[in-house]
Amino acid sequence: MADMSVKVCGVDFKNPIIPASGVFGYGREYEELFPLSKLGGIATKGTTLHKRTGNLAPRIAETPAGMLNSVGLQNPGIDHFIETELPYLLTKDLVVLANIAGSTPEECAQVAEKLDATDVHMIELNISCPNVKQGGAAFGTSCDMAAEVTRQVRKVTNKPLVVKLSPNVTSITDIAKAVEAAGADAVSLINTLLGMRIDINTGRPILRNNVGGMSGPAVFPIAVRMVWQVANAVQIPVIGMGGVSSGRDAIELMMAGASAVQVGAAIFTDPCAPVRIAEEMNDWLDAKGISSVRDIIGTVKPW
Amino acid sequence: MKYTQGKYIIAEKSAIAREIYSFTISCPEVAQVAQPGQFVHIRANGFTLRRPISICGIDPVKGTLRIVFEIRGEGTAEIARLNKGDLIDMLAPLGHGFTLMDTDKKVALIGGGIGTPPMLPLAQHYGSKAVAITGFRNSSAAILQEDFRKTGAEVVLCTDDGSAGIHGFVTEPLSELAAKGELGAVFACGPMPMLKGVAAICKENGIYCEISLEERMACGIGACLGCACRTVRNDEEYFAHVCKDGPVFKAEEVLW
Repeated sequence: MADMSVKVCGVDFKNPIIPASGVFGYGREYEELFPLSKLGGIATKGTTLHKRTGNLAPRIAETPAGMLNSVGLQNPGIDHFIETELPYLLTKDLVVLANIAGSTPEECAQVAEKLDATDVHMIELNISCPNVKQGGAAFGTSCDMAAEVTRQVRKVTNKPLVVKLSPNVTSITDIAKAVEAAGADAVSLINTLLGMRIDINTGRPILRNNVGGMSGPAVFPIAVRMVWQVANAVQIPVIGMGGVSSGRDAIELMMAGASAVQVGAAIFTDPCAPVRIAEEMNDWLDAKGISSVRDIIGTVKPW
Repeated sequence: MKYTQGKYIIAEKSAIAREIYSFTISCPEVAQVAQPGQFVHIRANGFTLRRPISICGIDPVKGTLRIVFEIRGEGTAEIARLNKGDLIDMLAPLGHGFTLMDTDKKVALIGGGIGTPPMLPLAQHYGSKAVAITGFRNSSAAILQEDFRKTGAEVVLCTDDGSAGIHGFVTEPLSELAAKGELGAVFACGPMPMLKGVAAICKENGIYCEISLEERMACGIGACLGCACRTVRNDEEYFAHVCKDGPVFKAEEVLW
């Protein structure tokens, strides 16, 4: 049994596996299938200042080795999260990363300020949602805007601040450096890649929002590349995600430089994927005689 | 247990019409708790998303569930390749099913095409109180008629081309029954235009109506919020989710 614990921004995780924001709600539905305490952490559903109804359906489309979604940040608002969901999650012996979003930097800061007064462990600031018209990815695709929203959130909270980056940019390392300089304690990447499918019989896009965020095994090599580039460009920790569906994938992303790993679309295929992935990682480490998962972080030997 | 995920043995497989398959699955813990109108979420090897398929039969004594599904695309084609004795990966039973009510009046069960299978467990519940009105493109697409007859339900078959039963849509015999004041409730599953028609007839005649909807779905348990459906509850517009709040909704709650 290898030591699976990791530390990110001073926060201890019993293992590096975290269900990614959006796939896992606030955890309640999955507790029916396994104890949430088996997870290193949970990144909760992206939550905004006020309740959001989200986009019209269809919000989901399948793609080769992946999928598109355009949920559009449907959520009950931060007050509901703090009153109802957070107290429940704080009893579950796992790290809670509250994923937040907003239409303006001020709105993001207001949400973060409310969370600062709670016992939440970390804040994950989403500057990369591709499915909302204002804010979302608009923050994440410009260094200036990414830095500005990070700065405003940083001002109102001392909680460890993870900024979640968009891959839909020319240089993700420039964005990562900008948010690091603006006070981020860590970055998480990659959010979904903007994609589109069309029903050729009707000529209509499958998603009612026309476009949506692509995830699943098909995006994994892009995630590995971006995690590797960003880990080499910044001093702060990187939380990796994007198409991870096995323990081997998670090991690979950690070798690329991730200190912890989020799991998204794989949960739709196998609802117990986060638990299975942690077990598979442990088996691999044991087979290799590696005593701690921390020993593999950033160990890729590039040519 | 509300739902669970596991791999279960396919006890029986048969093709019951062109590209329509029936699986009987041995899954005692699921069969103990499954309710009419609920669905199972099936993994298709090689695909990211599971496929939601409604439950067509529940036998808690034998510990089996039956599903009947049509090949609609590559994912369902992959599931259809499974054979008797193979393992099928299911997350089940899921969703909010049909209301099983006490009524002295008749109950109409309306099925359109591949929307027909989830009506069969209701026919088993209501027996001779049920009138199963099902509609298909033509006689060769008609399924489950004998199964409905065995439940004691009155069976009315409609086909679009008149090649079997009544030549026309299910809404015609439903309208006649509704006008006679014989119906205590109507339950329906099928294509959207059919559901709209059924809901309109029920509204006009003041009959309680529940409908089963489908939507492109990811998690199946209410976490990802992918399968949104516009509804009204307590006078407030609300995006409900087909997988958890549905698939069965009160017709009056759905904003079409």
